[in-house]
Amino acid sequence: MNTSAAVEMRNIHKRFGSVLANNDVSLDINRGEILALLGENGSGKTTLMNMLAGIYFPDSGTIRVNGEPVVIASPKEAFELGIGMIHQHFKLVDVLSAAENIVLGLEGKLDLKSATKKIREICDAYGFDVNPSQKIYDMSVSQKQTVEIVKVLYRGADILILDEPTAVLTPQETDKLFAVLRNMRDDGKAIVIITHKLNEVQALSDKVAVLRGGRYIGTLITKDTNAQEMTDMMVGRAVSLNIDRPDPVDPQLRLEIRDLTVRNEEGLLKLDHVSFDANSGEILGIAGISGAGQKELLEAIYGLQGTEEGTVIFHDPETNKAIDLKYKTPMQIRQLGVSLSFVPEDRLGMGLVGSMDITDNMMLRSYRSGPHGFLNRKAPKSMARWIIRELEVATPGTSIPVRRLSGGNVQKVLVGREIAQTPKVLMMAYPVRGLDINSSYTIYQLMNLQKEKGVAVIFVGEDLDVLMELCDRILVLCGGKVSGIVDGRKADKQQIGLMMTRVGGEQDGE
Amino acid sequence: MANKTREPLVHISRRSTLPWYQSWGIRACALILSLGVCALVTMFTTGENPLSVFGAIYDASFSSQRRTWVLLQNIAMLLSVSLAVVPAFKMRFWNLGGEGQMLAGALATTACMICLRDAFPNGALIPVMIVCSIAAGALWGFVPAFFKAKWGTNETLFTLMMNYIAIQLVSFFIIVWEMPKGAGQIGIINQSTEIGWLPPVAGQKYLLNIIVVAVLTVFMFIYMKYSKHGYEISVVGESVRTARYVGIKVEKVIIRTMVLSGALCGLTGLLLVSGTDHTLTTTITGGRGFTAVMVAWLAKFNPIWMILTSFLLVFLDKGAGDISTKFGLNKSFSDILTGIILFFIIGSEFFINYRISFRHSAKKEETEHV
Repeated sequence: MNTSAAVEMRNIHKRFGSVLANNDVSLDINRGEILALLGENGSGKTTLMNMLAGIYFPDSGTIRVNGEPVVIASPKEAFELGIGMIHQHFKLVDVLSAAENIVLGLEGKLDLKSATKKIREICDAYGFDVNPSQKIYDMSVSQKQTVEIVKVLYRGADILILDEPTAVLTPQETDKLFAVLRNMRDDGKAIVIITHKLNEVQALSDKVAVLRGGRYIGTLITKDTNAQEMTDMMVGRAVSLNIDRPDPVDPQLRLEIRDLTVRNEEGLLKLDHVSFDANSGEILGIAGISGAGQKELLEAIYGLQGTEEGTVIFHDPETNKAIDLKYKTPMQIRQLGVSLSFVPEDRLGMGLVGSMDITDNMMLRSYRSGPHGFLNRKAPKSMARWIIRELEVATPGTSIPVRRLSGGNVQKVLVGREIAQTPKVLMMAYPVRGLDINSSYTIYQLMNLQKEKGVAVIFVGEDLDVLMELCDRILVLCGGKVSGIVDGRKADKQQIGLMMTRVGGEQDGE
Repeated sequence: MANKTREPLVHISRRSTLPWYQSWGIRACALILSLGVCALVTMFTTGENPLSVFGAIYDASFSSQRRTWVLLQNIAMLLSVSLAVVPAFKMRFWNLGGEGQMLAGALATTACMICLRDAFPNGALIPVMIVCSIAAGALWGFVPAFFKAKWGTNETLFTLMMNYIAIQLVSFFIIVWEMPKGAGQIGIINQSTEIGWLPPVAGQKYLLNIIVVAVLTVFMFIYMKYSKHGYEISVVGESVRTARYVGIKVEKVIIRTMVLSGALCGLTGLLLVSGTDHTLTTTITGGRGFTAVMVAWLAKFNPIWMILTSFLLVFLDKGAGDISTKFGLNKSFSDILTGIILFFIIGSEFFINYRISFRHSAKKEETEHV
């Protein structure tokens, strides 16, 4: 029937342990078409595509490529069929050049010259901007991604799968990526992008296939549908897509940062004279491309990162005293009676201990209490129960290692613990990364709740749309400098995007 | 259909956790299988009846009361070192210096027994010996921990090198204290007076050692599971960054834990010299500092399970030694049997962590076509 179908997947099942990751999924991928594969985390999008790319093997079901039934047992066999996948985490060798990375692992004699020529041809054909002799470590995230895409094309792929390609890009870079994807589509390639961002689905795709809980829900023609319909299909019930933004009540100066300068272990300047204020009852958003100094900023305030210059002053609302937090360790800060909560980006590597259960993770903050050398698990246990109940953590109990929980539930445990400290300042780094819509909205609500309680919330985010809907003010970082602070209610996305790449956002460079 | 042959024969996937009875079932199967393989190997290479070989292995430990006491004593000594290294391992501090720390304790004990035998009555000497052996072991544990905490040196190499220093020191002092002159060995210390010897309990020479180690086992179990220190050790072991994040002083925990680890090794040295051999040799530790690594790992760092794993290792070792003499077999043969059994036991962990599924779908299809 469907003669233009590049790939037909039929009745695919895949099980991991007790989890049915794909349950009877059937999907068509057509040439000359961009298909958005939409679904929440854990809905089985990546698993399904990994089976096309030869990384997993389906438990049952059939795959046809160009009408022929095929068995894809390895990534190499996927390439032979013209299927290439660009993963979320790039698989490039830092010390090699773009061209070397692209030919790496190919059979035959190493001929960089002709390879470079071929790479140039590919770039010209689709409008990529890659310097084949540039080393990977010199490249920005979006350049690395381009290398990954060219690598796949170089190997002759005409069915491309991109796993959440925009997660790491600025709005401008996203536009650029979309332009080349459209070029490739017009060239007759079949393109799949895995995503959970609705605006991207609408901007780019021709068709959208929705997965939920491992099942295939349906395919829509993008121009005939809308965000609400897609969300409802994705979540399985009607959800509100609006984020509240109550007006700040009686904002007072809580945290005063002046000329904060930080170098990392290699001596590179990560923060360069950063100055700003954080007020109570307000959400301050921090935007920037990844590695612009967000992590260092939060860790410097929290006392984990040595600072070179500058001051961090905490204004205590109860005593009206100004407390200098500079050169203090997290322990010393707490002993000063300053209640800082911090939800780090690396949840299981820093905020929590993956192999410990929920109770023991609650105890991380409080285990020192009590006069003797033994642990008291009673209070942490009731706190764990409270968080499970209040934040609706899906878990069999308090004694399961947090590593086994899903991403959203892990985050709820961490955020719950930090909020339970009744902080004056709450810092969150990428708190909704990898979370499904429901969990994300829970986190946004929690932030608003803290804001209404008079907490100064600092929220490092990557989704500009969310930052602009949720934050009262947005600080934009660029290369460790403050590029500007904008009013969240009046912010313009393009303007923020420019500020992320150039200090001040002026377009004088080009 | 030609395509079908390319379907991978087996899939390996990670399991979610198994209930305890299943995982121990797998381990038990591994043990039974390994005995089967041992039997086959024995039959084909030596022509002996495997059952009589197994019987000899059993007899080596249980044929007489004396043998059973020796077995228990050996278990106690191995378990003692294993308990000592466990907090360090839990902290992901690879303390391979159990040997050296034990020797340091043994040397300190010997020094007290020889140099202070006239200065103190026996009742006072033993506490002095205990303090000295613990201090010596603690020092041997402190040095690598200090360097690791301050300058990030590699603890594996450092603790290993400290072993050789301890061995050399012991060799030196053996010559200093040799008895009689020129013998190159110390001989039994205070043989006539028994000064500094741990007293027998209920007429049993080794019972005191065993009781001490039993108490240590309970102590370590509680320390690791219910104390604040034990909690800090687990956090540091899992993630140094998390530890810093919650304000744990990682350097302090590393040093404190290694001092404890070394101290307990030193105490084991005392048990070996004063409670068992009443002499000092460079080989008095019998490689237990290394075997302890296996004991601790096999038991997943749980002190209670470690009783079982140290029993297994000692039992096998005893049996292996015995059958080589009983059947006139080479000592290597018993090592082969021990190796086979350990291979199966360690290998069974793979099947506990991973599920292996065969291509049932393809098979089904084939049979349908037939």
